[in-house]
Amino acid sequence: MSQPDILNQAFELGFTYTRSTGPVVGRFLTELRDRNIVGIKASDGRVVVPPMEYDPDTAEALSEFVDVGEEGEVVSFAWVKEPRESHPSEQPFAWAMIKLDGADVPMVHWIRAGREADVSTGVRVRAVWAEETVGFITDINGFELVPEEMS
Amino acid sequence: MSERQDPVTGIEAPIYLKYNFTAGAAPARFLSQIRKGVLTGQRCPRCEQVYIPPRGSCAACGVATEEEVVLSDKATVESFTIVSIPIPGNPIQPPYIVANLVADGANISFIHLMSECVNEEVHIGQRVQAVWKPEEEWDYAMDNIRYFKPIDEPDVPVESIGTLPVSGWEG
Repeated sequence: MSQPDILNQAFELGFTYTRSTGPVVGRFLTELRDRNIVGIKASDGRVVVPPMEYDPDTAEALSEFVDVGEEGEVVSFAWVKEPRESHPSEQPFAWAMIKLDGADVPMVHWIRAGREADVSTGVRVRAVWAEETVGFITDINGFELVPEEMS
Repeated sequence: MSERQDPVTGIEAPIYLKYNFTAGAAPARFLSQIRKGVLTGQRCPRCEQVYIPPRGSCAACGVATEEEVVLSDKATVESFTIVSIPIPGNPIQPPYIVANLVADGANISFIHLMSECVNEEVHIGQRVQAVWKPEEEWDYAMDNIRYFKPIDEPDVPVESIGTLPVSGWEG
């Protein structure tokens, strides 16, 4: 039995899903397209961002949308040294839990920062809007650090 | 944006899985052979089952398989499906038939297409033979065989499917 050639082949498996967004997430994305961030008020008064359709405690349908700020505070983060192809940034960046002003729970997004040492818990960040917004979470093209003297 | 747009009601959320498949020793041998228009399997030294495409080991006995066995391009229908719904990205227009076929000399089936047949008359035990692409188009690929078409041989009884010798079926 002779030694066979080494055979390699790239192939891609794609699941081309489209998803219905429903009235609440649809509203959130519609507002993002208008460069505005909304949360929703839960039964205990907390403002949840991104908004959810049903109350986390009572399971009642929620409908009271609340504008929140495009600035907020880093609650926690993870630094990505070597971004992968599907990541939102080609440069090293941080995934972060960001509590926006007016919100009571943090949401996940990413922070553009030059160095890991520039990011810390409690640091202030501000949304960077995409040049063209389309009604998708990437309408926020990451968050940037707010210089301390300005915050 | 001054113009009022419709509310967002849906998003595209595709998932792409990118693989780089490297054929191991046994599949590479199989592919090198099929590039020459030959179907080959491997025989388990313990249970003597012949596998196609070979994986280099016997899943039942857990031992390495090395002996190569040249198989016939005649086969028997073990099971089949009439596909009536188009699959995104698949260029084949339904209705068409996907079948588990056992090549003569092998003991397990592989999946391939059937054509040149009346879909409603395809049945388990039916005898078929490979229709190959022109030799100049052969590559390291199972689709060197375009499809299998029925041949004029008597049906194989269900209990005999997967047990035929490479010399074929006498009926």
